[in-house]
Amino acid sequence: MSLPIDHGAESSSVELGGRRPLRGWRVLRRSPRMVVGLCIVLFFVLVALYGTFFIHDGNALSSNILKAPSAHEWLGTTQLGQNVLTQLIASAGPTLLVGFAAGLLATVLAVVVGIGGGFLGGRSDDLLNLFTNVVLVIPAVPLIIVVSGFLKAGGIGPIIVIIAFTSWAGVSRVLRGLTLSMRNRDFIAASKLSGERTWRIVIVELLPNTVAFVISGFIFTVIFAILTQAGLAFLGLGDVNALTWGNMIYWAQVDGALEVHAWWWFVPPGLCIAVLGTGLALVNFGLDEVLNPRLRSLRAIRKKPSVFDDIPLGEAP
Amino acid sequence: MTFTPTTATTPTSKPASDVVLSARNITVEYGGERPTRAVRNVSLDLRRGEVLGIAGESGCGKSTLAFALTRLLRPPATLINGSVHFYGADGSDPVDVIGLDPTALRHFRWDKISMVFQSAMNSLNPVTSLRRQFSDIFEAHVPEMSSDERDERSRSLLEMVGIDPHRLKGFPHELSGGMRQRVGIAMALALNPEVVVMDEPTTALDVVVQRDILEEINALRQQLGFSIIFITHDLPLLVEISDRLIVMYAGEIVERAPSEWVGQSPAHPYTLALQESCPDLLGERRELRGIAGIPPDLRVRIEGCSFRPRCSYAFGPCSTVHPELIPPLAQVVGVPQLVERTPRDKSITQMVDEKSSLRQSPAEPPILGGDWRVACHLHNRELNPEGPPLELANTPQYESNTSSSQQSAPNVGPDLELPGEVQ
Amino acid sequence: MKYFARKCGFYVVALWGALTINFFLPRLLPGNPAQIMMGKIEETSTPPPGEYKILEHLMGVGQGNIFSHYWSYLVQVSHLNFGYSFSQGLPVIRVIYQALPWTLVLVGTATVLSFIIGTTLGALAGWTRNRWLEALVPVTTFLTSTPYFFLALILVYYFGFILHWLPLSGDSDPLLLPAWNWTFFSSALEHAILPASTLILVQLGGWMMSMRNMTLTTLSEDYVWAAEAKGIKSRRVMIGYAARNAILPSVTNFAISIGMVVGGSILMELVFSYQGIGYYLIQAVENDDYSLIQGIFFFISIAVLMANFIVDMMYGFIDPRTRQA
Repeated sequence: MSLPIDHGAESSSVELGGRRPLRGWRVLRRSPRMVVGLCIVLFFVLVALYGTFFIHDGNALSSNILKAPSAHEWLGTTQLGQNVLTQLIASAGPTLLVGFAAGLLATVLAVVVGIGGGFLGGRSDDLLNLFTNVVLVIPAVPLIIVVSGFLKAGGIGPIIVIIAFTSWAGVSRVLRGLTLSMRNRDFIAASKLSGERTWRIVIVELLPNTVAFVISGFIFTVIFAILTQAGLAFLGLGDVNALTWGNMIYWAQVDGALEVHAWWWFVPPGLCIAVLGTGLALVNFGLDEVLNPRLRSLRAIRKKPSVFDDIPLGEAP
Repeated sequence: MTFTPTTATTPTSKPASDVVLSARNITVEYGGERPTRAVRNVSLDLRRGEVLGIAGESGCGKSTLAFALTRLLRPPATLINGSVHFYGADGSDPVDVIGLDPTALRHFRWDKISMVFQSAMNSLNPVTSLRRQFSDIFEAHVPEMSSDERDERSRSLLEMVGIDPHRLKGFPHELSGGMRQRVGIAMALALNPEVVVMDEPTTALDVVVQRDILEEINALRQQLGFSIIFITHDLPLLVEISDRLIVMYAGEIVERAPSEWVGQSPAHPYTLALQESCPDLLGERRELRGIAGIPPDLRVRIEGCSFRPRCSYAFGPCSTVHPELIPPLAQVVGVPQLVERTPRDKSITQMVDEKSSLRQSPAEPPILGGDWRVACHLHNRELNPEGPPLELANTPQYESNTSSSQQSAPNVGPDLELPGEVQ
Repeated sequence: MKYFARKCGFYVVALWGALTINFFLPRLLPGNPAQIMMGKIEETSTPPPGEYKILEHLMGVGQGNIFSHYWSYLVQVSHLNFGYSFSQGLPVIRVIYQALPWTLVLVGTATVLSFIIGTTLGALAGWTRNRWLEALVPVTTFLTSTPYFFLALILVYYFGFILHWLPLSGDSDPLLLPAWNWTFFSSALEHAILPASTLILVQLGGWMMSMRNMTLTTLSEDYVWAAEAKGIKSRRVMIGYAARNAILPSVTNFAISIGMVVGGSILMELVFSYQGIGYYLIQAVENDDYSLIQGIFFFISIAVLMANFIVDMMYGFIDPRTRQA
């Protein structure tokens, strides 16, 4: 048996009753990692939304070709004299858009298939599960590359759809496992016994308890989507003229930035992707830590003043 | 060289009343924003060869106490104060359990004191064979044992608890709940310890299996002579199987008594309430009563008696004065005095006989109290001149001589003087 | 046993799934891809005899219904004859035979190494809660969020262009012919260091975090605590009780991650001009070489499925609970 103090629960068997876990701001205090992650993500989101107001056209050409960073152009210029920093800021929006849109679509698919299958049980669940596992096992990125290659036309839209349709399976599997474990929990049985209708049970009892995992899955998918889109852009697939960080790296490579040591052209966009990805990952870890207190970094147990301090040892309180 | 198990005490000797494990002033706190003081200044002694029961509701600290005694507290639980001493049967120097360094502790563990956990399923490694798990124990403590010797010993341990030795190669998930618990017991006895702490070993099992296992445990104890600390919330069970028992409430001991009498006439209101909330299988039908209220918040200091809010007999001093452990009083209606009494309806001989049948060894004299203590102001003559109410007062004192020829009262030895007690 | 049978059945279904996708891929294109391909081949060289028939089986939309097409496709694939690659001037099979070993060795070794290093570090981080190891966590997280190709670029740039320590591209010195001698091996190794490092570094974080978290969770399990109570040595508890159980989810995830690694390695091969199968896939896509695309996709799917299959079989041995019905 475990000690009564062990409030921690594993992420797969979180002690969620019919109550809502994770109340408000207390969540943030428990995980500094999550706070850092959220700040990073927030920063990029703000840049994406409002950055364009502060800059001029990212595609504007000039004659300052391949200039290193200077006081005038903080991140230098490209082969075509474009201001790298301006491009970087301008690309934030589309990059994030693709990432979040694909993530959202994939998550919706995962929720429907994973939670739906888990809840329905029986034959439908078996079938959906088989389908999920098969999709999971088929290599996603090659498929994406190939499909994008075949569908040469199309800009951002098809890319979002393709990414979404190949990345939902992982999250779906997790959600299914979660739903299955919850289906047998007492609070669901209680709802059924009290005559609540199936759809009500799903929405009111089941879903709120899966929220944390859905969010976590969403974040994973967004990371994957951004990375994959960058990869596709790097290959010259998708709309090469769209302003995304991936495309910036593509053009940098195509125009020989490496050979002329124009690091300021290809390093910043890649760094942005990495930093944004890290921020999202930190939010995910933070979520993990909050759900599973065992994972928190050990902080020294400082002896704080307590109510028991003035009782001499050897005496009952 | 074959490994020959040594027994802690030879089975034919009388269980001596000397002490094998003694704990003083144990205080355990669970750290956190607001520390919870789960065990508050508890002292106890475990005699060689006896079964000491610890009863109480969930959260009263009984398990925490057991873990503190065996140095198995897990963070954030910390031992704030207290000492534990172990007195080996071989007459060696007392071991300061709390002070053991890590290597010495590792050798001490399981060899002298072992544990049977509540859920054997959770305490067995799910992915390793039983054979390997037994072997791990021997490898860690008796490295000179050969592989064959380990297997042989493991098989005999399984046989001892009634499991087919061929199961040794199997895995935990292949066994039923009862079987796993038996394996847990077998493992606990692997090194022939002198003390076995059993933390609700049968709570998770159905009553039939429970009965089997308890009989098994008792038989083993007779054979090998180890002492048992038996923790459970099931008071009637303890009354049956233990020699003495301790009732805990809110981290403190509220009653410590010879078990065969405390079931009939508890001295503490909480014990009485526990008793009345458990149905009697054979006795008369009576109304079951729960205990109103909830256990106190252990994050705060408690003024006076911790049971006061739920006690039907509370009076003045209960709110302000902390009750210490004192010998309980008996009361003849109208006249408060110390009276020698036998328990209602039964003679000592009768009770002893009943107890013996469970033990399967009628010749073995039970360990009687002299050691009965209760932490309640009702028994305090100064604070409560009238004495305790009848239902709490029929506490028999020990008799130095009984009239029955069959039975001679055992030499119970001196009262154990424990700190915090008022004589 | 039921476990193994079930897994085999699953992989048969998955294989069928992959084949079916591969079937439909060229048929996404408007018109008759077989004819288009034939035209391209004829432009650049003389097509081998019977090529059109093969192309028709693989991607044609001629007469007959979709089921007959599907059947002839399956038959064709079972012969492992994917036609002729005009962009490479070789039969598709030859291209694949050339490229596949490079990728398999590189990706396989790097992934296994990454798994071993990552899980060991993770287990240690969880067990000892060492400051330095905990500090590694954000670093490896950052690396995991980096696109493979970007890290590849950085490495190539730094170690290749600036430091000139390692070769910039290729899988081996282009002047050397593949042979079983040390000169060739050392050249191959040299060329593999950067690509392998990229693969290892990016994956490291995932394994480490996952193992660390699982170790921490496992350490609070009752059986670990019971093992310590039994006086078993710390080392044995950590390995036999904690790590042994903690690694199980990682093994399961290994299967999933193989797909992702393969994806990342494709781009990485491009950056390093490492002539593995990913490199050729991209070339094929850029050149609209459908036969090559179809062939490579088939082999990639098979490789990933087989890797998954092996890992799943291994899991059946590691976790005795699966052997129950």
